[in-house]
Amino acid sequence: MNSSWSRFNITAIVLGFAFLYLPIVLLVIFSFNESKLVTVWGGFSTKWYVSLFHNQGLMDAAWVTIRVGLISATMATVLGTLAALALTRYTRFRGRVLFSGMVFAPLVMPEVITGLSLLLLFVAVGLDRGFFTLTLAHITFSMCFVAVVVQSRLVTFDRSLEEAAMDLGAPPVKTFFQITLPVILPAIISGWMLAFTLSIDDLVISSFTSGPGATTLPMKIYSQVRLGVTPEINAACTILIAIVACGVIAASLVNKRREVQRLRDEQAAQRG
Amino acid sequence: MKSLGNIRREFAPWNKPDAKPYIQFKNVTKRFGDFTAVNNLSLSIYEREFFALLGASGCGKSTLLRMLAGFEEPTSGQILLDGQDLRGIPPYRRPVNMMFQSYALFPHMTVEQNIAFGLKQDGMPKAEIEQRVTDMLKLVKLGQFAKRKPHQLSGGQRQRVALARAVAKRPKVLLLDEPLGALDKKLREETQFELMDLQQTLGLTFVVVTHDQEEAMTMADRIAILDKGEVMQVATPAEVYEAPGSRFVADFVGNINMFEGKVADRDSSGATITSANGVTIRTANAGDAAAGSEVAFAIRPEKIKVSSKKPENGDNVMEGEIYDIAYLGDMTIFHVQLGNGQVVKASSLNATRATEDPLSWDDKAWISFRNDAGVVLTR
Repeated sequence: MNSSWSRFNITAIVLGFAFLYLPIVLLVIFSFNESKLVTVWGGFSTKWYVSLFHNQGLMDAAWVTIRVGLISATMATVLGTLAALALTRYTRFRGRVLFSGMVFAPLVMPEVITGLSLLLLFVAVGLDRGFFTLTLAHITFSMCFVAVVVQSRLVTFDRSLEEAAMDLGAPPVKTFFQITLPVILPAIISGWMLAFTLSIDDLVISSFTSGPGATTLPMKIYSQVRLGVTPEINAACTILIAIVACGVIAASLVNKRREVQRLRDEQAAQRG
Repeated sequence: MKSLGNIRREFAPWNKPDAKPYIQFKNVTKRFGDFTAVNNLSLSIYEREFFALLGASGCGKSTLLRMLAGFEEPTSGQILLDGQDLRGIPPYRRPVNMMFQSYALFPHMTVEQNIAFGLKQDGMPKAEIEQRVTDMLKLVKLGQFAKRKPHQLSGGQRQRVALARAVAKRPKVLLLDEPLGALDKKLREETQFELMDLQQTLGLTFVVVTHDQEEAMTMADRIAILDKGEVMQVATPAEVYEAPGSRFVADFVGNINMFEGKVADRDSSGATITSANGVTIRTANAGDAAAGSEVAFAIRPEKIKVSSKKPENGDNVMEGEIYDIAYLGDMTIFHVQLGNGQVVKASSLNATRATEDPLSWDDKAWISFRNDAGVVLTR
C-alpha cells in the first residue's frame, strides 16, 4: 500500500480541515481581540473574558442552559433506556413496528415542527411557558437519541447473561439491576452525554417552548448577535467550544485506555 | 472405597424395575408458532446419572434443556423433578443450575464474584460464601485467577469458571449446554474426563446437550438420540453403537454400511437377507424381523475384514476392488466397490508399522465378516 503523502492527499486534507475548522478558528482568534470591532485585529487581550463574567444576562442564560441540560438529559436517559428495552425485548407485542417508528420519528422531524407542535400543546393544555416547558421539550427530543444509542447496545447484548443470573436464583428485577444495567451502562452514559450536548446547543425548539425568565445560552447569543456581534459573544463561544472539546477528548481517552487494557489482558490470557 | 470403574459398572438404575426416575418428561410438546420443537416426548432420567441428549441442530435437545431450566414452558405435557411438577416454577426457584454454551460469565465481575453470585442470591452468610468459593476454585484449579475478570481468561479457564459457578449452589441437577463446544480438540478430551470425575465426586445428576457423538459416548451413562423433537433411542453408548434401534440411529452414530433388502429365509439360528442390489448376507442377529419383510442389514466398518486373498473361511465373503483409501494414522479406511457397484467401507487398525499385505487403489480385494457382526434393522 502506498501511504506516502501525495500532493493530492495533502490538498484534500488541508481543504477538508479548512472547511470544517476555519470559522471556529477565526471565532477563537477574535475572542482575544483587543479591538471592539469584531473583524479588525487590534492586538491580544483577554478583557472580553473578564467582561463576559460580569455580563449578568449571559451568565443567567448559561445557568439555565446547564440546569435544563442536566435535568432533561437525565430524564431522557431514563425514558430512552426504557423505550430501548421495550423495543428490543418484547418483540412480539402488537404494534411494535408502529411504536418503534414513532419513537425514532423525532430523529428526522424538522425541529421547527417539533417546536411548533410542542408550543401548540402547551398552549392547549394551559401550561405557562418557562423553565418547566423548556425542560419537557428537551426531554421529548433527546429521548429518542438515547433510545437509539442504548438499543444498538442491547441488540448485541447476550441474553444468556440474564438467563444465567436467573438460573442462579436472581429474580428478574434483581437481574436487571445487577447484570443488565452494569453491562449496558457505558451505552447509557454515552446516551446521557449525547442528550446533554443536544440540550445545550438547541436553539429552535427552545425558542418555541421557552418563556420569560428561561432564556438559554444559544437563545441569548442569537438575540444579541442580531444587534451586532460583540467580542464578548466570541469569548462565550470559545469557552463553550473548550468545554465540549475537553469532554470529547476525555471521553475518547478513557475509551482508548480501556481498549488498550482489554487487548493487553486478552493477550496475557492467551499466553496463559 | 470403590473404584470409579466399579461404580460406573454397577450403575444401571434404568434396568431396575422398581427404580424411581429422578427427572421425568411426560408427553411433553413444545411449539414455537407453527414449529414443533419437541413432539409428545417422554423420557426418564435417574438420580446420579450422566445423561446425554444427542442430536443435530434443531432436533429439540436445547429446548428440552431450557424447559428443564425453566426458560421455556412446555406447550403441553408434564416435567417432573423428584416427583414435583415443575410447571409454573420460575428459573430462579428451580433446584437446577445450567452451564451455558457461551458460558455467560458476568463480564463486570471477577471470577470470585461470578462464582459467589448464586450463593449470594440464597442469602448465604458471607464467611460460608467465601469458603465455598475457595472450595470451588480449588475444584476447578483456578485458585490464582480469583481476582481476574472473564476477559482476562483463556477459553478453557472460562469454561471452568462457568462450571464452578453452576455447581457452586450444589444443585440437584446440573444442565450442560454443549459444555465443550468452544474448546479445541486436545482440551476437549482432557475436559471430558474432568467432567466425569466431577460428576462422580459431587454425586450430581448431569444432563448434557451435545451434537458431538464422541463426547456423548465418552461421558454419558445413557444417551438419548433425538430427531425432529422425538426420541429415536435411549440406551447406553455401547447399545446405541452396537445395537441401534433404527436406520436413523445407525446412520447418525458413527460410520455404518447399509444393505437394504428383504428377509429371504428365517430360522431359529438367524436369517438370510437378499439385498435389492443382489448381495446375499447370512446373519445371526435378526431380531424380530419376519420372513419376507423389508429390512436393512447394517454393519460397522471395523467389523469388516479386507484382504488381498480370498479368506479360507468366513460367514460372509464378497469380492470387490479397492476404490479409495483413507489413511488416518491409527487406522486405514478402505472403500471397497463390490461387483454390483455398492461401495462398502471397511476399516482396519494399523497395529504394526508396516503391513505385509499392502493394498492399493484398484487392487482386487475380498471383504469378509462374521455372521454376528451386523444387525438387522426393521425401522
